[in-house]
Amino acid sequence: MSGNMNINLKVWRQKNRKAKGGFETYQVSEISEDMSFLEMFDVLNERLISEGTAPIAFDHDCREGICGMCSMYINGSPHGPLKGVTTCQLHMRSFKDGDTIVVEPWRADSFPIVKDLAVDRSAFDRVISAGGFVSVNTGNAQDGNSIPIPKDDADKAFAAAACIGCGACVAACKNASAMLFVSAKISQLALLPQGAPEREERALNMVAQMDAEGFGACTNTGACSAECPKEISLENIARMNREYLGAAATS
Amino acid sequence: MSVQLDSKIPAGAIDDKWTKYKSTVPLVNPANKRNIDIIVVGTGLAGASAAATCAELGYKVKAFCFQDSPRRAHSIAAQGGINAAKNYQNDGDSVYRLFYDTVKGGDYRSREANVHRLAEVSTNIIDQCVAQGVPFAREYGGMLSNRSFGGVQVQRTFYAAGQTGQQLLLGAYSALERQIGAGKVEMFTRHEMLDVVTVDGKARGIIAKNLITGELERHSAHAVLLCTGGYGNVFYLSTNAMGSNVTAAWKAHKRGAYMANPCFTQIHPTCIPVSGDHQSKLTLMSESLRNDGRIWVPAAKDDKRKANDIPEGERDYYLERRYPAFGNLVPRDVASRAAKERCDAGYGVGPSKMAVFLDYSAAFERYGKIEANKKNLHNASHDEIVALGKAVVKEKYGNLFDMYKQITGEDPYEVPMRIYPAVHYTMGGLWVDYNLMTTVPGLYALGEANFSDHGANRLGASALMQGLADGYFVAPYTLGSYLAGEIRTGAISVDTPEFEKAESEVQEKLTKLINIKGTQSPESFHKRLGKIMWNKCGMARNEKDLKDAITEIRALREEFWNDVRVLGDADEFNPELDKAGRVADFIELGELMCVDALDRNESCGGHFREEYQTPEGEALRDDENYMYVSAWEEIKTGEWKLNKEPLVYENIKIAQRSYK
Ligand SMILES: Cc1cc2nc3c(=O)[nH]c(=O)nc-3n(C[C@H](O)[C@H](O)[C@H](O)COP(=O)(O)OP(=O)(O)OC[C@H]3O[C@@H](n4cnc5c(N)ncnc54)[C@H](O)[C@@H]3O)c2cc1C
Ligand code: SF4
Ligand code: FES
Repeated sequence: MSGNMNINLKVWRQKNRKAKGGFETYQVSEISEDMSFLEMFDVLNERLISEGTAPIAFDHDCREGICGMCSMYINGSPHGPLKGVTTCQLHMRSFKDGDTIVVEPWRADSFPIVKDLAVDRSAFDRVISAGGFVSVNTGNAQDGNSIPIPKDDADKAFAAAACIGCGACVAACKNASAMLFVSAKISQLALLPQGAPEREERALNMVAQMDAEGFGACTNTGACSAECPKEISLENIARMNREYLGAAATS
Repeated sequence: MSVQLDSKIPAGAIDDKWTKYKSTVPLVNPANKRNIDIIVVGTGLAGASAAATCAELGYKVKAFCFQDSPRRAHSIAAQGGINAAKNYQNDGDSVYRLFYDTVKGGDYRSREANVHRLAEVSTNIIDQCVAQGVPFAREYGGMLSNRSFGGVQVQRTFYAAGQTGQQLLLGAYSALERQIGAGKVEMFTRHEMLDVVTVDGKARGIIAKNLITGELERHSAHAVLLCTGGYGNVFYLSTNAMGSNVTAAWKAHKRGAYMANPCFTQIHPTCIPVSGDHQSKLTLMSESLRNDGRIWVPAAKDDKRKANDIPEGERDYYLERRYPAFGNLVPRDVASRAAKERCDAGYGVGPSKMAVFLDYSAAFERYGKIEANKKNLHNASHDEIVALGKAVVKEKYGNLFDMYKQITGEDPYEVPMRIYPAVHYTMGGLWVDYNLMTTVPGLYALGEANFSDHGANRLGASALMQGLADGYFVAPYTLGSYLAGEIRTGAISVDTPEFEKAESEVQEKLTKLINIKGTQSPESFHKRLGKIMWNKCGMARNEKDLKDAITEIRALREEFWNDVRVLGDADEFNPELDKAGRVADFIELGELMCVDALDRNESCGGHFREEYQTPEGEALRDDENYMYVSAWEEIKTGEWKLNKEPLVYENIKIAQRSYK
């Protein structure tokens, strides 16, 4: 079922990391308001292919708001105008017939562009590999119920662990800081007894890696949390600062 | 003539097999492990857990995934939970009960020994995940919380809100990243495996494509583990992630690994229906919604009235009518078929007429009355009661109701949801023995990619359990029995004719795809394949349709290789080229699925052959003739030989499933 919306899209095109990029304008017509934002791109790409033009590259996978792969900077905000949703969950009914929509990739030195709207977020993986884990080998574990965890702590840890690693926080920040992402992982493990033995080392190592990746400083503006599709709380940054300062003081 | 497959099931009583196996399996000593390379393709639950555990044991590991990070594998999207026979609720659960439920739920088409082992290690999984910091839901007393799922009578499902897969995968991912940081796993993201390399009949490595540069790479190893997920996307529309594909498993199949029960597909009854041709994927509405919702269609054909205008007496609650004992809570396969039956008969609702209502109005009233009583409101008006009830439902299922509204634009608190079955999971997959080894020595398959544990129908919350069982607790042991024989092999060179040949074949295929320069996009072929599969090899199958489907798929394959249009170059980031390769493999797989469905002249679990049903329209198994695993061997493209693994039930009494 095609619809009756016409949209004027301005999309960032860039052949690869080194090439110079620029905006291209596309008119897309007969868009249904039931389509997701990415399905509108599917429609456009099918048309580009039939016209013999290379389709627009963009990252996506689950299309359910959980894998963290989709990453479009829409009209000046990461994941677009709706609060608490990812690009893949945004639907065309959030726009009006005749709208002009500007779509760019995440912009941050630590997230180099791969092609068009796809960027390289491997810096996040390297931050996790520096300390975002509990050092427990398979087979080491004791019975799951042997350490009771207050429900409130478990719920808070879960809320922090809900981060999908999409990088919108970095894209939203004028300094391209990764504090919200890093603090979410540090908080999750700091709130649970399992994370306690490596608490200090973890904070120091993850922050050191975050700096080494070139992410900017945090100036407490809060744009990250406001744009985060999982509404990860700024409290995590405060907790991380305490963890880090505590660890730095004792090391 | 068909070969008898050796499933290598250890001798002994069912509950001793695994223990005995573990204490007698040959080991590789730590010094030798350092000289043994293992390739793990895929970093979902199965792959991430296997790669991390193998590295902890001391093997040298290389891991591959096509996403930009191992954390994004399709496992991340699992909602409901993971089963384990912990019996924390003291409700009579046990390893035997989990084993029994799984074999019965699979409609007696799975292998007893594997399922029993799965049930045994299920408890270790929960312990391991808790130790990693996975924030499972807890009770106020601080203990782990459980809920119940379809097809069982105990509460054994552990969960983390509606994001269990995410939390389990992030746990396995953190274990993997720890090994990457320690230099014990080398991780290759945005890489796609495009072939298995065999030397003297053994798997010795892979050819992988760097998806950013387009370069082909050769990687060698003493064992290759495929943890590449399921192939539900052969239907185009499914609840799987967009990138999920069969390519890795299919390349292995073409190198000699048998495909087992490929036609066993799970179709989940409660998904948001297709809204138009633009639709790229389908979204699951958790099974838990059937606990409180009532499913119905109008009693009259082609009723054009709005749902709320159709009076009670003119509604057909068909599940309650057909299955009074289980009502709306019949198993997935039964509920799906019943919805299809009503829609095909012309009673469907919504713009497409391919949907049924999932109605919460009775639940609003029921919960509302309870709330009113609790609050001592004895004269509450109907509207007040409904408002109270809605608040209760919001507390229980709010996120699902919001997701429904986001996608459809309709408010499920005001009008009934429209749902329809959708492809969700594939029980079929690469045939593996008890060691999880395929028919190619040194090549293993773990997680949804293998066929092993779910028979013809998977129970809810059992896929996560199986993926982590395979990766954390099974393969790391069973690998030893093969690798103990490899300690003298030494490093495997990639500068050999076998690697050379495999790489050039992959290269040729890519070049060919780009050079066809036809007129139709890979996407359009995928859509057409999906339609054939859904209509003729979907929820109900029959001989004529399956035969037609095979003819149509063959024609589609011809057309694809003559008319596909792949833009861009091979030496750049080119998702279109990757997609084209995956669609090509789906087309071949689709044909085999139809061949398999045609061979199996019975109905069991998710495989419903219309010719084989009881007078009441229920699935009719044929244990005498079909109690075997169909393991297909490729002779050449489009031609297969059937090998059978007979299934023997020594510990479970087989019976007909009934939900009346
Ligand atoms: C919406 C939804 C909800 C679900 N909910 C539940 C639930 O509540 N409980 C439950 O038990 N099960 C559930 N399931 C099923 C379960 O999620 C999956 O069966 C399971 O996660 C599969 O895990 P896996 O590790 O085998 O594969 P996947 O997670 O699919 O991982 C596959 C991996 O292989 C890689 N890969 C694939 N091909 C290649 C290639 N050629 N080269 C390189 N890498 C490759 C991918 O990059 C990825 O890393 C659900 C499924 C869906 C769709
Ligand atoms: S904190 Fe939020 S915005 Fe940042 S990566 Fe996590 S989910 Fe994305
Ligand atoms: S595609 Fe997975 S979060 Fe958007």
